[in-house]
Amino acid sequence: MTETLRRPEKVLMKGNEALAEAALRAGCRCFFGYPITPQTEVAAYMAKRMPKVGGVYLQAESEIAAINMIYGASAAGARVLTSSSSPGISLKSEGISYLAGADLPAVIINVQRGGPGLGGIQPSQADYWQATRAMGHGDFQVIVFAPSTVQEMCDLVRDAFEVSDKYRVPTMILADGLLGQMMEPIVLPEALDEDDLPEKPWALTGTGGVRAPHVANSLCLVAEDLERINRARFARYEDIKRDEARAEQYRCDDAELVVVAFGACARVVKSAVDAAREAGIAAGLLRPVTLWPWPGAAIEGLLDGGGVVRRFLTVEMSMGQMVDDVRLTVNGRLPVDFFGRSGGIVPTPAEVLEQIEELAVTGGDAA
Amino acid sequence: MSTKPAPGFDRGSTPALSFLFAGFGGQGILFAGKIVAYAGLLEDRELSWLPSYGPEMRGGTASCSVTLADTPIGSPLVTEPDSLIAMNRPSLEKFEATVKPGGRLFYDSSLIDIAPTRTDIATYAVPATGLATEQDLKGLANVIMLGKLWHETRFCAADTLDAALEKAIPPRKAQLLEPNKRALALGKGL
Repeated sequence: MTETLRRPEKVLMKGNEALAEAALRAGCRCFFGYPITPQTEVAAYMAKRMPKVGGVYLQAESEIAAINMIYGASAAGARVLTSSSSPGISLKSEGISYLAGADLPAVIINVQRGGPGLGGIQPSQADYWQATRAMGHGDFQVIVFAPSTVQEMCDLVRDAFEVSDKYRVPTMILADGLLGQMMEPIVLPEALDEDDLPEKPWALTGTGGVRAPHVANSLCLVAEDLERINRARFARYEDIKRDEARAEQYRCDDAELVVVAFGACARVVKSAVDAAREAGIAAGLLRPVTLWPWPGAAIEGLLDGGGVVRRFLTVEMSMGQMVDDVRLTVNGRLPVDFFGRSGGIVPTPAEVLEQIEELAVTGGDAA
Repeated sequence: MSTKPAPGFDRGSTPALSFLFAGFGGQGILFAGKIVAYAGLLEDRELSWLPSYGPEMRGGTASCSVTLADTPIGSPLVTEPDSLIAMNRPSLEKFEATVKPGGRLFYDSSLIDIAPTRTDIATYAVPATGLATEQDLKGLANVIMLGKLWHETRFCAADTLDAALEKAIPPRKAQLLEPNKRALALGKGL
């Protein structure tokens, strides 16, 4: 009982460090990676801490090598983590497709930077399409979490390992340079014991000369078999879509203008929504916490729940990617506008407020 | 005139405070910000600390945004600081215009050979680098500046500031605590 009364101790951590510590506390004992700004602190933290908890830290010779080490360790039943930033994630995409094809769980962190190509090193959200539409070739999805605070960088890592193991689906934490580099006070979760980790009866742990070998493989040359496997996987995706979609609503109840934003960008929007409210504009924020599964039901709720929403504005640190999903859900019932900054620029609350004010003025006509 | 909290203000009604530290790489810009961040942590406030890590850092200039608040912090990027701490001339030139009206501008007058032009903010010429050299506190102009910042803004309680300084210095660098404490006291007395 006294436990609940004791104030949990807060620590000051960078987002990247929180990701790494949270993974260790989730029972992750294998990290394979390759350095790239702005995620290098994840690897640096793991390099320091992993040997102390008896795990394996390995700086691979390339991103491609790292993701294939992930494949091997995951097949053996371990909780495995790799992290990179945008260009490095592209290099890993082949391996991620193989993980999906072999139904192997893994957590992959993308601390996004501006692209395309080598791009820049400043914060960006321009890998939304990649994460939610085409994380590699073939028929598959990865589960995508989008933290917005350093506390969520910590908490969602635990969740990512849980759902990844539960559904045997690779899972991504889609962060960005701002979240990776900033420090905030957080409360760290208790570390899991080995006994707390889920059983993996499918893992390749050695037959002991007794049972039939398990196989982790994505090669399937018989079309009918491959279709059957893909259909079974997509049946699991239906469960994921039903049970795992998450969004946060902020001041949405009486909002006429709902701004949709995720990750670091949602923080900026929150400030802008508060400022708009002070100026007498009924604005709210809808923040997807999972990007896939897409929390379309939250938008449906605003549309059908007798709400007063008259239009949507999507704000992203990209040229406009998530806005596609907002438009698919809204499906022409209300106007959906977009505002974004690209190349590594974080919008300011003032410029988002300006967009909100503009739409609040013109909003009456459009709907 | 300004709405800045006076010394001894009631913590419960403190508005958010935003700080922008800016200067050359190596001047301890991030470290100065970290002390403010730890002060927020020790007083169980909401806080954010965000360093510049981009090309400007590789080019030699650094900046650090810190916000202290009692409600969750939206954007951690400080674009309109309540207090700007400018440790070199490019920083003063770049950020003077961004200081909130009624805000404060602290600048290292040993290194900056121009004066601020704003009249709607309080400006403090602090010869921090000169004092550091004189007092055998080389490299601690940042902490002298922080002392002055605290003296003018009281962004935390006095004993919190001391504890924050100790927390910001890792145990393996414990020998740096004493000169840092001296630098802080020097700045607070300015």
